[in-house]
Amino acid sequence: MNILDDALTWLNDPLNWTAPGGLIDRTGEHLAMTGIAVLLAALVALPLGIWLGHTGRGAAATIVAANTTRALPTFGILLILAAGGLFGDRAAIIGAAVFAVPLILSNTYTGVAGVDPAARDAARGMGMAPLRSLWIVELPLAVPLIAAGLRTAIVQVVATIPLAAFVGGGGLGVPLRAGFATQRYGQVLALGLVIALLCLAIDGLLSLVQRAVTPRPLRASARVRG
Amino acid sequence: MAPTLPGGTHTGARTWVPAGTFERMPPNPWFSWDYVVNNWDELSTALVQHTTITLQAILIALVIALPLAVLAHNVRWLAAPVLGTAGVLYTVPSLALFAILVPFTGIGRTPVLIGLVMYALLILVRNALVGLQGVDPDVRDAATGLGYGRWRLLVAVELPNALPSIITGVRLATVTTVALVTVGFVAGYGGLGTVMFRGFRSSYNAQILTATLLCVVLAVVLDVALYLLGRALMPWSRTGSGESRRVRRARLRARTPGTLEGAA
Repeated sequence: MNILDDALTWLNDPLNWTAPGGLIDRTGEHLAMTGIAVLLAALVALPLGIWLGHTGRGAAATIVAANTTRALPTFGILLILAAGGLFGDRAAIIGAAVFAVPLILSNTYTGVAGVDPAARDAARGMGMAPLRSLWIVELPLAVPLIAAGLRTAIVQVVATIPLAAFVGGGGLGVPLRAGFATQRYGQVLALGLVIALLCLAIDGLLSLVQRAVTPRPLRASARVRG
Repeated sequence: MAPTLPGGTHTGARTWVPAGTFERMPPNPWFSWDYVVNNWDELSTALVQHTTITLQAILIALVIALPLAVLAHNVRWLAAPVLGTAGVLYTVPSLALFAILVPFTGIGRTPVLIGLVMYALLILVRNALVGLQGVDPDVRDAATGLGYGRWRLLVAVELPNALPSIITGVRLATVTTVALVTVGFVAGYGGLGTVMFRGFRSSYNAQILTATLLCVVLAVVLDVALYLLGRALMPWSRTGSGESRRVRRARLRARTPGTLEGAA
């Protein structure tokens, strides 16, 4: 395989990794952008989801939000944000955050609203105030689903950020775009593999984190649901 | 013909701006009917491209997914590896997937189609499997008791019972695919995505927004069409509260021995 050889040669060249703007730099940028995007999305979605779930309101709204964003083309939103003045990284970060919000929101909502009413009743019977019951009883029970939502959101953001390169931003999409533009398909293949592996690795890592933050008695049921 | 005057610009509105004065930037609206009318050729070509590749991807994915789901349903230990593989394919970002495929297939329709099929696969297999596993065991028992063989059970009982879940999967996969096609622009075949990117490159806002809106409209139209198709395929789900009078009567009749059994 000629192209496969090219890809391996490209990956085997230390300069492609360590040079300024090389893979290590770009991966750092990529993860930093991912972090900001997820943080922004979580700041909006977590409190909203917890509040809606706790009060049991807004089920229809979260479903509508999830369905609407599914029909929106990420790339189109990115271009609109970029053309509207948020050039580069900022457009990609905000675009990715917009698409991460419904993922976190719907899982948080389902997690908190789906807490066994008996558990909530018991908490109230023991004299817990609503906020205390939320913190001590409902949130721990909702953790598996909230963690699953965050995991899906993070992986999706990592997958979306490469598009930033097409609106003048950074991240791992930059060398990918350069490869496409110069028709160096070995480089294109190498970058495709790097991005794919990064996503799978992060997903795998987060599945471990998800397991670790799930309260031990809930683990068996979380595994069944996942 | 617009006369060209030396040392100035003819703006086309019979005004002549002398050299040295600043002309206003040309308008760059977010939406313009003129743009839509004048460029309908480009837009409609992209729209047709977008629609056909979406439908083709869903059809191919369905042809692969249904047998896989049936297999995973009948051979229990296969369910985990089938869903696992589809899940891994689904986790790979579309851009990376196109980047992996293009070096081997070349630029054009093929890599985009392969990528779209791979993404639709997970949704379709999962929903079909959930539908098949959700078939009421009593219904299956009744069919077996009537002497249905494995194939007849599958075709006449299990698949129709799983149809609502399958249709939901097809709708979900279609809407997702319409949005995904746009990323195909890197492989030179993005339908409306290519139009969006062209608009971005030439800094023309109306082109970006029109293509994005058309994309959303296409997703909604296909979703509604599939919903109607589902209703046509499942006449029993139309009457009353989701079940026909005959089914309801049968259920009521079936409830009596159930309560007796529970009492005993």
